[in-house]
Amino acid sequence: MTEPDPMEQRRRIICGRNAALGLVLLALVVLFFAITIVKRMA
Amino acid sequence: MPFASAPPIPLPADWRDFLSLTKPRVMSLVVFTGLCGMLAAPISVNPVLGFVAILCIAVGAGGSGALNQWWEADLDAKMKRTKDRPLPAGRMEPTAARDFGLVLSIGSVLVMGLAVGWLAAAILALSIVYYAVIYTIWLKPRTPQNIVIGGGAGAFPPMIGWIAATGDITLMPVLLFAIIFFWTPPHFWALALFVETDYAAAGVPMMPVVAGHHSTRRQILVYSVLLLPIAMAPFLLALTGWIYGLSALVLGTAFLFLSLKVATFRNAANDADMRAEKRLFAFSVIYLFALFGALVADRLILGVSA
Repeated sequence: MTEPDPMEQRRRIICGRNAALGLVLLALVVLFFAITIVKRMA
Repeated sequence: MPFASAPPIPLPADWRDFLSLTKPRVMSLVVFTGLCGMLAAPISVNPVLGFVAILCIAVGAGGSGALNQWWEADLDAKMKRTKDRPLPAGRMEPTAARDFGLVLSIGSVLVMGLAVGWLAAAILALSIVYYAVIYTIWLKPRTPQNIVIGGGAGAFPPMIGWIAATGDITLMPVLLFAIIFFWTPPHFWALALFVETDYAAAGVPMMPVVAGHHSTRRQILVYSVLLLPIAMAPFLLALTGWIYGLSALVLGTAFLFLSLKVATFRNAANDADMRAEKRLFAFSVIYLFALFGALVADRLILGVSA
């Protein structure tokens, strides 16, 4: 078995972090939309 | 050979490392008690705002957990239980953990205030400061009473859940606070008894390290005795129905029985493997889940609420 390439490992970690951050930001946008709608209806 | 001596560039922290900074297991208990506080309230909250409130409680707890791990990285490195956390294991820069904790803490308070209400946001902010500053920085390294006073930090979530629904502080959320406050010392001291060597190695003045096993066991019993009437109080004051009252009595009696075993029935075999302490610790978690579950069942089935 060969050792994993550190540069490839680094790239994979950064991709995973970016994807997680993107999902969090998307969820926040959806959440703020939902809060705004509920507040306007109240 | 200049390339051979160059230090390897450390890998950046994975997203899982950031997630583990938030102490997800502690968060699950916080979310559960916060949700129960909200569901037990006499006013039903809009589901979206209810979800936001619980999310803010969870994220606030996660933020304070990250700040706790940032501050305690040196202590964590000395303990078997915590040495693999991202900071002591060297997988993360301390400033990244600190900034992550601050963003989560401030963000959760702001969203709670804007979406749910500023009283709930203020109590959430208080609980974060209580855990990250009063408990972690001030109490934990200084006094064996750290768990007793610091227990307040974990006692806020049901109160926040209740306030998020009603916008008001009444006797019931104060009693819910008191239940967790008095539950915390026996829960943590039972744990501290069987991981005592770890705390001693890190120089944390936990009760078993400072006062010894005998005194700690006696104090576990004292708090368990006090917990029974406090947990029964909502029923005795007619704030809940019989489902909660019966559950509090049965669970409290079992808690007391297990504490009594920790405090009195000593023998060489138990001293070696700490069976009674481990059993009390495991049961204390079940106790809290079951008691708060009964509170919600009471409200949803019988419709009784303060």
